[in-house]
Amino acid sequence: MADATLQHDAVQHGLPGEYEAPLFGAYSKKVGMWLFLASDSLTFGALLVAFSYNRISMPAWPTPFGKESIANATVMTACLLSSSLTMVLGVLAAKRGDRAWTRNWLLATMAFGTAFIVLHGMEWSKLIGQGLALPGFPKVPGQAEEFAAVVQAVPQFPATFFGLTGMHMLHVTLGVIYLGVVALRKWFLPILGAIWIAGYALIPSYSVFHYGIHVLGLALVVALIILLLKPKVYDAHDVEVSGLYWHFVDLVWMFIFPLVYLMSTKIV
Amino acid sequence: MHDVAMHDDSKGQYFWVWGALLVLTAVEVVLAYKQVFQPLRMLEALLFLSVIKSALIIGYFMHLKFERALMRWLLVISVTACFVIMYFFFFPDADRILQLGVK
Repeated sequence: MADATLQHDAVQHGLPGEYEAPLFGAYSKKVGMWLFLASDSLTFGALLVAFSYNRISMPAWPTPFGKESIANATVMTACLLSSSLTMVLGVLAAKRGDRAWTRNWLLATMAFGTAFIVLHGMEWSKLIGQGLALPGFPKVPGQAEEFAAVVQAVPQFPATFFGLTGMHMLHVTLGVIYLGVVALRKWFLPILGAIWIAGYALIPSYSVFHYGIHVLGLALVVALIILLLKPKVYDAHDVEVSGLYWHFVDLVWMFIFPLVYLMSTKIV
Repeated sequence: MHDVAMHDDSKGQYFWVWGALLVLTAVEVVLAYKQVFQPLRMLEALLFLSVIKSALIIGYFMHLKFERALMRWLLVISVTACFVIMYFFFFPDADRILQLGVK
């Protein structure tokens, strides 16, 4: 709350009007997050354009998503939309100064976000098990060759599909961790560490998520440094800024869902 | 111009927006399931619905509707301009490749 600090200083020194009002009428953290989201939207814009470019230029674009996949993706979408509602209710609770309900709504948002990640991981695992994989992915025992011909003929499909949805999944994962730090602060670190170690031990080594789970380890180190440098109680502004990030990942999915899934349906 | 501190923060409006987003998602899924349109028309319809959904999320959930006009327009115009530039650079080329019959 730089604005509040500035106003406080001005009053203390009897110098009202010494400092200019903020240009955007918002505190600096919020403007900073908006600028980050504007730049991040270009990252996703580029990935969506890459996907769509290849979709248009490849007449034999595969349509691997049957009824089960579409139903799964629809539930994932509902999870994200519901998480946005709980997030905005958390922001309202924070503005009221109700710490208990702020934490409860943030935990509910994290639960929806985690459900999204788990469902998405299951979808990825199913597709990889059917042979839709990138060259660097570990070989799954008994891997079906259903999509092997697709990967050979249109390698752009797995590249753009895993690139786009993987980048989004990473954003959702980091969003859940961000909310965890805001909601629980240092108490979240052992939980994150336990999930990291348990995930690494329990996920079989032929799954890409056996290696992807190390994102949690990196996030743990970053969160630890942040909490050591600024061991503060997060206020309503911090909750609102974290909410902006969370709504952004929801917003991006509103374009990925129709462009990637609904435009490549295999309804029989 | 809306004042950041003065806007209506009632819970009801957020439940309405959430309901509208779920309904629009259901419409998208039905369109895809029923294969109502040809692919190009389907793409237009789905993108139209996605733009409405994103406007609801940005406007209400992200509160941009209640920010100062300067911030609102600066963000919307700059990001939209970048997307338009991307679109005009890449999509005609993708269509050209298709017309050339490159397999």
